[in-house]
Amino acid sequence: MTAGQLADHAGVRAAVRTRERLTAPARDALAVAGRNLLGLVRVPQLLVFSTIQPLVFVLMFRYVFGGVIGRSLIDVPYVDYLMPGIFVQTAVFGAMNTAIGLATDMQTGLMERFRSLPMSRSAVLAGRTLADLARSVFVVALMTAAGFAVGFRLRSSVPAFLAAVLLVIAFAFAMSWVFAVVGLAVGDPETAQAAAFPVLVPLVFASGAFIPVNTMPGWLQAFADHQPVSHTAQAVRDLVLGVPAASDVWRALAWDAGIVAVFAPLGVWLYRRAV
Amino acid sequence: MSSSAISVQGLTKRFGSLTALDGVDLDVPAGTVFGLLGPNGAGKTTAIRILTTILRPTSGRAEVLGHDVVREPAVVRGLIGLAGQYAAVDPNLTGRENLRLIGRLTRLPRRRFRPRADELLERFGLADAGDRTVRTYSGGMRRRLDVAAALVPQPPVLFLDEPTTGLDPASRLALWGMIRELVGIGTTVLLTTQYLEEADRLAGRVAVVSEGRVIADDEPALLKERLGHTVIELRMPDQDRAARAARVIAEQLSLPPERQDSVLRLSSRDGSTLLDVLHLLDERALTPRAVTVRESSLDDVFLALTGHHAEADGTP
Repeated sequence: MTAGQLADHAGVRAAVRTRERLTAPARDALAVAGRNLLGLVRVPQLLVFSTIQPLVFVLMFRYVFGGVIGRSLIDVPYVDYLMPGIFVQTAVFGAMNTAIGLATDMQTGLMERFRSLPMSRSAVLAGRTLADLARSVFVVALMTAAGFAVGFRLRSSVPAFLAAVLLVIAFAFAMSWVFAVVGLAVGDPETAQAAAFPVLVPLVFASGAFIPVNTMPGWLQAFADHQPVSHTAQAVRDLVLGVPAASDVWRALAWDAGIVAVFAPLGVWLYRRAV
Repeated sequence: MSSSAISVQGLTKRFGSLTALDGVDLDVPAGTVFGLLGPNGAGKTTAIRILTTILRPTSGRAEVLGHDVVREPAVVRGLIGLAGQYAAVDPNLTGRENLRLIGRLTRLPRRRFRPRADELLERFGLADAGDRTVRTYSGGMRRRLDVAAALVPQPPVLFLDEPTTGLDPASRLALWGMIRELVGIGTTVLLTTQYLEEADRLAGRVAVVSEGRVIADDEPALLKERLGHTVIELRMPDQDRAARAARVIAEQLSLPPERQDSVLRLSSRDGSTLLDVLHLLDERALTPRAVTVRESSLDDVFLALTGHHAEADGTP
């Protein structure tokens, strides 16, 4: 660096203008996402334990509760009813990592450094949710394998199944933004985990993910019938069972779009004012 | 264009009922080192956070190289480097990956930030540890990496918030050398410190901050001249003799010492004070049990400027 460079604000201004271009925020987000994924690879125990938990759910519902639930059910084997619910549950629980990751970055001061850099304001959040998206793809693939191993059978077509997987991943991405807001609002990982739990338990269990909602009391049904986990699980189930799915799929996508539209701006706003 | 790299007027920041900064004025000429000296909670970090666009001020103005931190934060971010009080590096990445990430996020081209990362690892004595995850680093290594990260984009203005806290003496000296070198090529450095010695060694100008206000702003040499640069401590055999000695010194040398039980403390500007004091005590047969002469500490400066000690939790 020379003394001449110090006075060269024009160069910095040009750089600032350059970064207004569309590609710059995406590049920043990818750089942050890459960093988060590296972290995931470097701490494999995190990934291992976060995949064991949904596997336990598969085994528990399939073999412990499955007998009872299956008898009171339905015209399909319970395992075929269950697996779409497991996929969606995995997506929601996995999104909790977004809250923990962001809260950790706040606690370690890394967030403060990012805020002093000439990078896109949305990149820290977008990078985190993108990395968690990649993680979801991995976990859903694993759950699919686990499902087939415990007797799940695809009753529709492979394209329909892929559509179902995409729907699960879209939902995971949307939920990531919800938990991004939780993480930024509380600012430390332990609290983030504690705060996320009461959000996700009612969503996952007071839903049609594992059981038909018509056995619940009326007031609970009213909630369970009108929330995103139920709707997404239903759409995924339609797709893998091979029944007409269009209206449920649109409803699930509308939830995803609505959640991102509300929570992404809220998250960016919190990021701007968080220290 | 003025030659100020950092210009601050009436800067105030309130958090609810707490006033962290209360009308601070600062002027840092380009290409100099400026020290903000003060105990914990004085408002040093708040000032740095505002100047680095992380916090917005409640009122007042702050400019970096002529750019307002509130109105043109994006331009300011392109001109600064920040090493905060906490080592803000990713523990799951290697040292090299951390530096490259900063290079990528400051939009340097790959052909520039890759050699830059290697060069900085070398300079900060981290070349051998560059490919280990930061999780395995010692506290001092993390601090060094943190400062290196601030230097990746070669910023014309550098903010260092207590950069040597937690560094071993060798690393501290190395960092001081690097700061001098940066200033040699025209970089402006604003650093905060709790150590008077550090401010004295590095800074061309020092502002002493207390409770959100600048209570002194001068060249370190002039500050010391005003405040005395060494402290003489006399441990007397008992409280009675300490009281008598204090009275004699105050009367004969018009230098009222501070007395704490049997210990007298007075600041001196040169060696003659010590000679005078010892002569005087010898004449009166008031022999001290022990005599200590040491550099003024932050606490001594505070005592001289404010009449009270610095915050008790300010680590010495």
